Amino acid sequence: MKLIKLLATTTAVAVLLAAPAYAQTRIALVVKSLGNGFFDAANKGAQEAAAEIGGIEVIYTGPTAATAEAQIEVINSLIAQQVDAIAISANDPDALVPALQKAMERGIKVVSFDSGVAEAGRQIHLNPSETNLIGETIIKLAADYLPEGGDVAILSAASTATNQNAWIDAAKAVLPEKFPNINLVATVYGDDDSVKSTDEAKGLIAAYPNLKAIIAPTTVGVVAAAQVVTDMGLIGKINVTGLALPSEFKQFIDNGASQAVALWNPIDLGYSAVFLANDLIKGEEAAPGKTFSIGRVGEVTLDDTNSAAMAVPFQFDKTNIEEFSKIY
Amino acid sequence: MTDIHATGRSLPNRLDNPLKSAVLSWESLLVLVAVGIFLLNSFASPYFLNAYSLSDLTFNFTEKGLIALAMALLIISGEIDLSVAAIIALASTMMGLALQYGADTPTLVAVGVGVGILCGAFNGFLVTGLKLPSIVVTIGTMSLFRGIAFIVLGDQSFKGYPPSFSWFGQGYVWWVISLELMLFLVSAVIYWVLLHRTNFGRRVFAIGNNDVAAQFSGVRVDRIKFILFCLTGLMSGIAAVLLTARLGSTRPSIAEGFELEAITMVVLGGVSILGGAGSIVGVVLAALIIGLVTFGLGLLNVPGIVMTIFTGSLLIVVIALPILFRMWRLRA
Repeated sequence: MKLIKLLATTTAVAVLLAAPAYAQTRIALVVKSLGNGFFDAANKGAQEAAAEIGGIEVIYTGPTAATAEAQIEVINSLIAQQVDAIAISANDPDALVPALQKAMERGIKVVSFDSGVAEAGRQIHLNPSETNLIGETIIKLAADYLPEGGDVAILSAASTATNQNAWIDAAKAVLPEKFPNINLVATVYGDDDSVKSTDEAKGLIAAYPNLKAIIAPTTVGVVAAAQVVTDMGLIGKINVTGLALPSEFKQFIDNGASQAVALWNPIDLGYSAVFLANDLIKGEEAAPGKTFSIGRVGEVTLDDTNSAAMAVPFQFDKTNIEEFSKIY
Repeated sequence: MTDIHATGRSLPNRLDNPLKSAVLSWESLLVLVAVGIFLLNSFASPYFLNAYSLSDLTFNFTEKGLIALAMALLIISGEIDLSVAAIIALASTMMGLALQYGADTPTLVAVGVGVGILCGAFNGFLVTGLKLPSIVVTIGTMSLFRGIAFIVLGDQSFKGYPPSFSWFGQGYVWWVISLELMLFLVSAVIYWVLLHRTNFGRRVFAIGNNDVAAQFSGVRVDRIKFILFCLTGLMSGIAAVLLTARLGSTRPSIAEGFELEAITMVVLGGVSILGGAGSIVGVVLAALIIGLVTFGLGLLNVPGIVMTIFTGSLLIVVIALPILFRMWRLRA
């Protein structure tokens, strides 16, 4: 009887002690803001990677407001929790540097993905694709359905969004050479806010009567623009395109407000970020020219700034949107 | 008739029994809430009770708290300033501009604080000089100040602030006590003295209760309101220096939403939104509570959306409790 009691107590104590010991490796996936389908998909990929590698807990977190200040609060709480690594999509490349440097000083590995952090604030940056390729792709998406050319406008996210600005610059760079008959008339900013994006899209339509296409390289803006085109009965006159999540955008491919959109695979992005973070935790050093394996996605090689490009954007149209809308 | 003089000329803060009113006061309710949340946090997360965690926690509220101190006086006087976050953006942008012209750290700080005071004075002039309602004026200057920052910067940013400047936002005075926390505590004492121990403070209360009566009693209402707007601008300028130094960079979208968080601290601190009542102790406690709640929930990785619901509910509950209590007492 005594023995059983003793055994029971020891087991209970052991369980109690084991529970808060956190033997697992904890990787935090910090996103620009929660409630965004793109990042939910990235989290799905991150969880897949965690299951595949084993012994990893992924903490999916981020602020409500997509600001650097709010993200710093999240980073501070992760530093306090002594996580093993932070994989972050940044709201601001510079403002997060001091906070992330503090994290690295306390032994936390830092990987940025999607929207990058300046070199001093992270060890590796994983680009979803290559900036020039994305810039060319978003123009091509519009140009493919405008054989005679015409006016197009860009509806972007925040005017401070790192990645959107880089893509738009790249798009402007390829215009004169590869798409001489496409005329980019304006770039407006909807701040990744549905209401503001809707207003900006309406403004574009009112200001440019010959507008043939709206290019929105953001998943929030593209839905808002397509909804405006649908509501105003402009289907067939204005083609909405850009970067869109298939599940959110399927209805607009179906109703003809859009011919085609593109996106890389956010699932693969979250998946790859966790693989890279795990390699750093295991003691791998990030250095230019070094190649990392990212599981089923393949492998990436770091460039001079320790950044890597994952894959080329993938196009969705009437033929495949049905299939992909079920995935993300 | 003669006993009028016998009571003396002291103007009591309240008419209740002082001990009873201290126990039942708003501040003691806030202390209870703060202690409760502190204990909950300690039990909920093994990482909470740690000097470094607690030190990081203070960064969640120091900058907004500094603004809330001045905002409290302004709201007590019956006015409001919604442009404080935009003042931060403009002050930060001007510091960035000064940096491009090779300004050193003392100049940068002077520019930030100076721009803050100027913005506050501009608000104060529009409200007291042109007799415009402060809520309208500051909604306007909110767009104006941030608009200028956007014109200067566009989608660019200023960075490369010198390390000696970064110390203002990232430095520690002693062990884990950051400069930001030190500044907040010192300012809190100064504002406490100003509001509760000076003639100036009594006049602020008088204006908030009835500015016409105050005017007829010889209080220079407009001058005091103007000073209060300048003080709010000054604190926003100081917050701009700290935040810019902490982020190590300036973007026109800096400090977005800070005005509502500062006002939340003021209201949660027991300052009447209609003016005429409030205390600095309450505002300091409210700043601490908001810091504790956001950091505590962050440690548990509660999504930000749930966090805002939580702070919103906390605000409503804390404000509704004393009113419900009073209603219950009146019925009993």
